[in-house]
Amino acid sequence: MIFAVPLIQMLVLVFAATFDMKKIDMVVVDKDLSETSRELIAKFDAIPFYHLAFAVPDETLGEEMLLSDDADAILVIPANMERSLIRDDKARLQLLVNAIDGNTAQLIYAYSSRIIGHFNRNLVAEWKGIPEFTPPTEIKMAESYWYNTELDYKWYMAPGILAILVTIIGMFMSGMNLVREKEIGTIEQLNVTPVKKYQFIIGKLVPFWVIALFDLAFGLFIAWLVFDLPIVGSLWLLFGMAGVYLVGVLGLGLFISTITDTQQQVMFVSFFFMIVFILMGGIFTPVESMPHWAQTANLVNPISYFMRIMRNIILKGSGFIDLMEEFLSLTALGITFLSLAIWRYRKTT
Amino acid sequence: MANDHLTFDVHKGEIFGFLGANGAGKTTAIRILCGLSSPTSGDVNVAGFDIYRETEKIKKNIGYMSQKFSLYEDLTVSENIQLYAGIYGISAKKRKEKEAELLKKLGMGEARGKLIAGLPLGWKQKLAFSVAIFHDPKIVFLDEPTGGVDPVTRRKFWDLIYEAANNGITVFVTTHYMDEAEYCDRVSIMDAGKIEALDTPAKLKEKYQASNMDEVFLQIAR
Repeated sequence: MIFAVPLIQMLVLVFAATFDMKKIDMVVVDKDLSETSRELIAKFDAIPFYHLAFAVPDETLGEEMLLSDDADAILVIPANMERSLIRDDKARLQLLVNAIDGNTAQLIYAYSSRIIGHFNRNLVAEWKGIPEFTPPTEIKMAESYWYNTELDYKWYMAPGILAILVTIIGMFMSGMNLVREKEIGTIEQLNVTPVKKYQFIIGKLVPFWVIALFDLAFGLFIAWLVFDLPIVGSLWLLFGMAGVYLVGVLGLGLFISTITDTQQQVMFVSFFFMIVFILMGGIFTPVESMPHWAQTANLVNPISYFMRIMRNIILKGSGFIDLMEEFLSLTALGITFLSLAIWRYRKTT
Repeated sequence: MANDHLTFDVHKGEIFGFLGANGAGKTTAIRILCGLSSPTSGDVNVAGFDIYRETEKIKKNIGYMSQKFSLYEDLTVSENIQLYAGIYGISAKKRKEKEAELLKKLGMGEARGKLIAGLPLGWKQKLAFSVAIFHDPKIVFLDEPTGGVDPVTRRKFWDLIYEAANNGITVFVTTHYMDEAEYCDRVSIMDAGKIEALDTPAKLKEKYQASNMDEVFLQIAR
């Protein structure tokens, strides 16, 4: 299990959680059937990830395909487009995008309108006799993406998935273990011994701390092997931070198990925290773009700090000084959760 | 109320039987004495220490074997001994000596590296008792230690109890078996949270004009 879980999570989740756009299925409803409309369609057709399907010249079939999820978008070219373009100097196009997945829809819209815009400029240039690539006044932007130059989404997801992985392993295993002792009764035998509360809790923490760090190492290795994940920063720093982080996560897991009596209860409560922590922790959406209240709530969310630490060290090569704020916060959370667990652990009932 | 005004003294080196029907309050009393539960009122001294203020000192000086089986099933015999010896701060050298001696005495030398889960119940119970007194406590509390085992194994288990008592360990034992009550130096019989009788088995039989402890118990707990 200790090997299988990280392996599967890394290989399956990283691919599954990708936002990369590989293919756009677009239905073209061409009611104009003119030279201009065909030129426009050819523009789309020339782009490898647009897969065009030509429907009969009315929208209903296209809409059906959209509804059955066979199409991502419909481009409707109205009749007389070419004519009104020549006569009135303007024409209308309709782009219908399947927005079940809002992110994808935005991307399709952005790509498509860029293509249409480009086509439009060329058209103007052609008709008005201005050379194609010298539009009158235009500011050109050249993009260069830092830290992940090819915008490989897997590089972005892998550190995030890894952060979640060690969290799940740490929190569930530590919590389940203690409460299991309650269920089978061995805890009583320990409670009649002079073992100190802090000794007991730390004894329960250390093995899982080691296992979780080991899994982090294993997961990183897989990510490096399979996704070519670059590890720009220091591994020592990464594991040091992870060590601090895990004290907090394991402390929380143990705290939960001190306030519950059965494994079901532990699962239920841990799941609650996990889901909230993960969704608010910034694996998909950056914490910075969340509403203010969510950012405030994230101050006590260990995953949000660790997510940043993982990505910044791995992709950006951040040093200790850059991550000072995260380090201090994680230390504070670790001390808090661990103290709560020790305080709440009762040798008497 | 599980326990109502219990008053009793147990002497050093004595085997004290704690009898009562199911639900009479035996386990509650034993849990209070071991420091697993807190009493609502009253004075309790265990091994000379006050139960409210010196709980941790008491814990150094007692052993406990619960109704539920309490060794780690997924550890070996030797690992279980190591764990408890470690908790009580017994040095590795001393532990190894005692462990070898103990396993020889129990005839379990070969089972040293076996998992507890694979041992017969009688072995487990003898081992659990031996682990409970591994650190030479002043008192050992046994909560129905012989539940579910055959008479021969029970007899052997009691040999271990006598041996412990001879070594000066006070034994506090709860049981349902009336033949076991006869083995005790003194017994108390509980009913509905109260102690109804407390004396040596011989005197109890005389008082209730019974030929054995079974009849004494039935008269009290009826």
